[in-house]
Amino acid sequence: MQSETKSRVDQLTSPAGHPVTVLRYEGDIASTSKDAVLGTYQGLPKGTVKQVLLDFTKVDYINSSGIALVIQLLMEAANAGQKVYAFGLSPHFTKVFTMVGITKYAGLFPSQTEAMAAL
Amino acid sequence: MSEKKTTNVEVRLPSRMGFEKVAMSTASAVAKLMGFREDRIEDLKTAVAEACINAIEHGNRLNEKLSVGVVLSAGADSLEVKVIDDGKGMKKQPEKPDIDRKMHGQEDPRGMGMFLIQALVDEAEWVAGADGKSSYVRLVIRLDKDA
Repeated sequence: MQSETKSRVDQLTSPAGHPVTVLRYEGDIASTSKDAVLGTYQGLPKGTVKQVLLDFTKVDYINSSGIALVIQLLMEAANAGQKVYAFGLSPHFTKVFTMVGITKYAGLFPSQTEAMAAL
Repeated sequence: MSEKKTTNVEVRLPSRMGFEKVAMSTASAVAKLMGFREDRIEDLKTAVAEACINAIEHGNRLNEKLSVGVVLSAGADSLEVKVIDDGKGMKKQPEKPDIDRKMHGQEDPRGMGMFLIQALVDEAEWVAGADGKSSYVRLVIRLDKDA
């Protein structure tokens, strides 16, 4: 019933000239999304990736288990000295991420353009 | 829809993760018929989904022989949703999640469902079944709140 979570990685350079690794998700973010959310992140080279940008533009459904996976990603990133940002959340999930405190550890932006301009 | 009488819609879900989306869609459709704003419908969908996930995972312990009942009662100015499972109900309310404790590994990253439910609807109560079964969570969302 839960749609499979797809993920892919893009390497971009911000207007300020900083490398940014973008993890793009598609589908549901739920308990079945561990490989897509955490596995994809864990496959990134820790030594060179300093800024991670999560793209939720094509995600329609995030439940509390999915939010827990995002928090686990944030924990691992903090331990690796990486900064994490996100964009593309709907107004509702922006509110939910804010309510649970994720915004304390990950900057949220409406769009990729606005996120990249800030990095 | 009628201004006075309560209209009931009932759904039975298998205790399998993912089927909470059927309850979400049903609740969304009923709320749209009642005239709820889009942002309140999104709040309701998340609250209903989390209530169903709790019922599937904790109440019915993913036993697919058991089903989760979802009863939506549309009144004149509010929508009540009961999500019923065969568990014993909550012994105590979990504490409000603390992102700092979660980030430092002092608290399970999970365990936010009940917090989200309480935060997103106007009323939420957890009722343990008298016979140790048929426990339910009752949610109420009011029409035109803050409108």
